[in-house]
Amino acid sequence: MKIEFTLNNEKLSIDVDASRRLLDLLRDDLGMSSVKEGCGEGECGACVVLVNGRAMNSCILPAGAIIGKSVVTLESFKHTDRYKAIEAGFLKAGSVQCGFCTPGFIISTESLLNQNPNPTDEEIKEGLSGNLCRCTGYNMIIKGVRLAMEMGAGLW
Amino acid sequence: MKEPISTSVIRVDSRKKLRGEAQYISDWKFEDGLFAKTVRSTKAKASILSIEIPDMPEGFYIVDKHDVPGVNKMRTVVSDHPLFAEDDVQYIGQPILLVVGPERETIYSIASEIKINYQEEPALFTLEEAEKRSTVFTDYNYKKENPEKAFVSAKKIIEDTFSTGYQEHVYLEPQGAAAEFKEDTLFVYGSMQCPFYVKSALLEAMALPEDKVRVVQSVTGGAFGGKEEFPSLNGCHVAIAANKTKHPVMMIYDRDEDILCSTKRHPSKVRYKAALDENDHIIALDIDVLLNAGAYNGLSPVVLQRAIFSATNVYNIKNLNVRGRNFMTNLVPSGAYRGFGAPQTIFGIEMLFHNIAVKLGVDPLEYKMRHLLKKNDPTCTGGQVHEEVKMPEIINKIVKNSDYYNKLKSNKKYQGIGISLFLHGCGFTGKGETMINGKIILVKNKESVTLKVSSVEMGQGAETALRKIVSQTLEIPIEKVIYEKVDTGLIPDSGPTVASRTTMIVGGLLRDTALEMKKSWNESDNLELSKVYKHPSYLKWDDEVFKGDAYPVHSWGANVAEVEIDPVTYELTINKLYAVFDVGVPIDERALIGQMEGGMVQGLGWATIEVMESKNGKLIQKNLTDYKIPTSMDIPEINCDFVLNPYEFGPFGAKCAGELSFVGSPPAVAEAVANALNKPINHLPITPEVLMEIDHED
Repeated sequence: MKIEFTLNNEKLSIDVDASRRLLDLLRDDLGMSSVKEGCGEGECGACVVLVNGRAMNSCILPAGAIIGKSVVTLESFKHTDRYKAIEAGFLKAGSVQCGFCTPGFIISTESLLNQNPNPTDEEIKEGLSGNLCRCTGYNMIIKGVRLAMEMGAGLW
Repeated sequence: MKEPISTSVIRVDSRKKLRGEAQYISDWKFEDGLFAKTVRSTKAKASILSIEIPDMPEGFYIVDKHDVPGVNKMRTVVSDHPLFAEDDVQYIGQPILLVVGPERETIYSIASEIKINYQEEPALFTLEEAEKRSTVFTDYNYKKENPEKAFVSAKKIIEDTFSTGYQEHVYLEPQGAAAEFKEDTLFVYGSMQCPFYVKSALLEAMALPEDKVRVVQSVTGGAFGGKEEFPSLNGCHVAIAANKTKHPVMMIYDRDEDILCSTKRHPSKVRYKAALDENDHIIALDIDVLLNAGAYNGLSPVVLQRAIFSATNVYNIKNLNVRGRNFMTNLVPSGAYRGFGAPQTIFGIEMLFHNIAVKLGVDPLEYKMRHLLKKNDPTCTGGQVHEEVKMPEIINKIVKNSDYYNKLKSNKKYQGIGISLFLHGCGFTGKGETMINGKIILVKNKESVTLKVSSVEMGQGAETALRKIVSQTLEIPIEKVIYEKVDTGLIPDSGPTVASRTTMIVGGLLRDTALEMKKSWNESDNLELSKVYKHPSYLKWDDEVFKGDAYPVHSWGANVAEVEIDPVTYELTINKLYAVFDVGVPIDERALIGQMEGGMVQGLGWATIEVMESKNGKLIQKNLTDYKIPTSMDIPEINCDFVLNPYEFGPFGAKCAGELSFVGSPPAVAEAVANALNKPINHLPITPEVLMEIDHED
């Protein structure tokens, strides 16, 4: 079927099976390779994208669910000031190791700060609890979010 | 001004990863590329009677044992795993054939229509059954002094048994590989730790000459040992498929397939028997280590070696009799995982010391300290502790940082604190390093210096650490040091990225070569220097009887954990974790803390929530919904500290670190739980169910 939605601020109208996973639509059909597949069942968060500003697992979302909505991936988000603040925070805190979970963590951080520009550490932990990381043990990612929030104060 | 080596720099690979621009193998595109899906055994042990293949659409292929141009075995330490099943299968998940074609959905549906007819045979699964039936793959034994005599003279003999479960690596990027022929040269790309292992496996499987095979590492999304030997299997699979179909072939595992059929940490059972003299000093240990190797032995013999050489941990035990056995069962093969056998035995001996001290009514930490190894003491294999042992300083520091004794005194029911002491032998076991004789190349160009090594960046920070070692030695910016693409056609074999050897061994070679380059820096714009590893001559090792220096040097550490147990639900909360490590000199403090915290949290996962069990050969936990790893909600506050202890042969004094991070947190948590319940903890993982049972035991 034909679905219309906005991807990275660009209006699209494409023919796709409404049950196709949003993840496959984004990665295979539209070339958004920042969106990663880590588990395929909504557990690891490597595939999260922003749907109307909220982080959603694209592996368990059918393409039909995004009709008329705005989908944002790192491909466009990386050009924003908010991204720059998150990048600076993550670099300074050493939040990145293997990097496979990283795009998901960035999107979840944006979603979290969008809803709560001043989260406590507990709220950061909760906000990131849908994203798995096997390398860092999380503390350095939590610190990265805190630094991003401080360095980007006023952006959210 | 030159910064000290430990001062942190921004990781060189982080920006690309942050922006989502790093290209993992699943992001690669191949023109006319095909995808592959593995069809696997659904039986734990059976003969294959026949295979029924549905009508294949055009452009789709079946690839199996008949398509292997060379030897149908995966080359590793023991090359016993068939690339594709011959006439029998030995575990559920064993690869039988591939379905290959241009559309993923279609190959999945063809794969589901293939019918394999089996003649099932009785299988065995547990260490208990395996021991009863003596299905021994490897049986090692070593002795020190005279254990028989010591046991005869003992005033007390105490026995204890410890066991641990599986652990799945859960690198966030699943296994993946691709292959293509360019003219007559085979290229294999993939997520891997050991490009030259994959290459030697390909040479045998493909029967190709050495110069017709190139292996290229793609950005690797975590490994932890899980991409040590396994990529030799899927690398051969895609190569065989590319050879047959004359197309590039890519194979990316789904998470459930990855969990089902890739290697895991060996389940273990360790029996300790201790002989105590009149002062309650342990004068002898009899140690029996059993590992569940699964259906094929593969890499397990070397895992077993590290397990038995770590079984006395940081303690000087005069008399020893140590046996280690790998058992065959009809389960997915176990393999390399961070710590490599040592976490199992170190958990055992730490709990043994705790249990004995409690029985004797003495303070466990004080009891452990009575037995500590010192410089020049003999190691368990009769080698020598060549380095300064800073355990007393490490213990003082962690006791102070954690306020250990005050908290221990105020220990309440359902609340506890525990401490672990540990070491890790740096680099390969025994002769490993001299069997590889790793080589590195350093090239000075007009504008930059290129380092050529086969060590891979897989998240641990190798690229930053090695570039930093060269840049600091030559006193040039890190941006001017180029890391050659990890392509076996462009780089020498400096050994695999395993055994916590990269910084110390490969970094050491780079440091020495860079120092030489510095001397002739002004002579020319174009210099090429190379170096081959030379084992320090004072190290002795006899591989036949396991005598001598099993490791050139050790890294040391202590962990303290504070826990709380819910008296109703028995949910375990780890409130705080403290660590002090001696890794020589940190090459980059922030990167190192990242490694150490990550390793400790992986250790917590293994010790507490990561349950993986099998029923009739089938893993019960088959995805990340069933197999839980720690999330941001599960982690404690971590205090990580270091003691400096420069190592003469390490670059800037660095020793090993990556695996050391893992071994300490499980016994620290287990002791904290033992203190909280006032009961021994002899098994991991400590789940709420286990805790409830232990608490209710009389």
